Amino acid sequence: MININNMSKSFDNRVILRNISFSINKGDKIAIIGQSGIGKSVLLKSIIGLLNPDDGDIFIDEQNINNISFRKLQKLRSKFGMVFQFGALFDSMTVGENISLALQKLTNFDKSEISDKITVSLKEVNMEGTEEKIPSELSGGMKKRVGIARAIALNPKYMFYDEPTTGLDPIMTDSINRLINNFHSKGDVTSIIVTHEMKTVRDVSDRVLMLHNGKIQFNGSTEDLFCSVDPIVMAFLNGDSTYEA
Amino acid sequence: MKEIILYPIHSVVSLFEHIGRYCDLMIKTLRSFRTWHLYLGFLPEHMIKLGISTIPIVIVTGLFSGMVTTVQTAYQLESGFIPDSYVGGIVGVTVLMELSPMITALVMTGRVGASIAAEIGTMRVSEQIDALEILSFDPVSFLILPRIISGAIMFPVMIVIADLFGILGGYLAATISLGITPFNYIYGLRDWFMPWNAIFGIIKAFYFGIAITSIACYYGFYTSGGAEGVGKSTTQTVVASCITVVILDYLLAAILL
Repeated sequence: MININNMSKSFDNRVILRNISFSINKGDKIAIIGQSGIGKSVLLKSIIGLLNPDDGDIFIDEQNINNISFRKLQKLRSKFGMVFQFGALFDSMTVGENISLALQKLTNFDKSEISDKITVSLKEVNMEGTEEKIPSELSGGMKKRVGIARAIALNPKYMFYDEPTTGLDPIMTDSINRLINNFHSKGDVTSIIVTHEMKTVRDVSDRVLMLHNGKIQFNGSTEDLFCSVDPIVMAFLNGDSTYEA
Repeated sequence: MKEIILYPIHSVVSLFEHIGRYCDLMIKTLRSFRTWHLYLGFLPEHMIKLGISTIPIVIVTGLFSGMVTTVQTAYQLESGFIPDSYVGGIVGVTVLMELSPMITALVMTGRVGASIAAEIGTMRVSEQIDALEILSFDPVSFLILPRIISGAIMFPVMIVIADLFGILGGYLAATISLGITPFNYIYGLRDWFMPWNAIFGIIKAFYFGIAITSIACYYGFYTSGGAEGVGKSTTQTVVASCITVVILDYLLAAILL
């Protein structure tokens, strides 16, 4: 379970998030939406401990990640899987090495088990046979799928997706959405998806959190989001740039 | 007008900020020694990148710096009252104590320092460092420690190679273009040689190696602002490393000689 209490974050005197509070329950599939630059990725990176909030607390499995040692945070992160906006694959390593890196460190698998795990993970994202390719040989969508394979190889409890479908064609977007749903349905996983793609929100999430001007504008089910009469939510859903809150 | 007056103050504050953050990163690097065994496997790769691949540049700069020193030394001693063997002696001492370590360090700043800053900087802006953290790796141990250790090991090796080729360059220039006999050059070289001179050069190389790699890692690690930020970090690395090398050169000479 993830609890965020009165979290605030600023950059260079510009307030990005102001007293944000919400919780994510085990097994939730929550989408965090909002305009570009509104603080969605900042919120995500704060939850996983890559950024420290200026104020407030973030609890993951009842551990306050702002007050724990780096070693404990690393241990906690072994429960996390993260898919980055542009894949964030290690350029100097092959696809196979990208996936095996964490497996070698965090598990006791021997070489053949790691090799099997790489094959299975790549198969799950329809990327089998690409073990020896290097990231520069892959397209944007392929990089994201390898990023998903790298994340799911460790069987994380929490999956974080940062703009998983941004910049992809509709077919690839659908394919990534299906992968997110498939992995979520397989186990005891909590998924947090940062996106501004309405198709992804509709296809993947069962709960939505909308950020606006540093605050939570909407927090409810996906069905409620699309029925919302809040003018700010409606303007965002309809892509109405003329509306100013 | 106000900006012009405040510019030096901002520059000094910014310098101290950099020094503070650099020290903080180095403390984290020292702390990460506890997990060095996890990253030992990456050391040979960095040593090859940092050392073996730069040997041709070191050979060329070493060779020509030895040659030019010989020609200029001979020009200074043209009076005819000073024996030719002095050329070999002066070249030997200059190459071992100053020329090889200094020129090699400056060349390595451009070749190795810039490359490290660009590589780590690109990893930062493309979120690869964040990905390392999420995969439970300590990016300081993973990225910085192996590079600094490689620098500390490989720079002295590079200096020994530069020493050899500097002296060889001097020999070639002396015998081919200046008409100094091989005997006189080698006699002077041996007559003036003191082991401490060579050791002093190697000690300097060790510190230069640590300084250049750590400064490059620092600027790379704190890169921000996309491709432009990577370019900025690379430039800052070269400038800061060159200044540090010159300052260290003086300090080490003042302390050790």
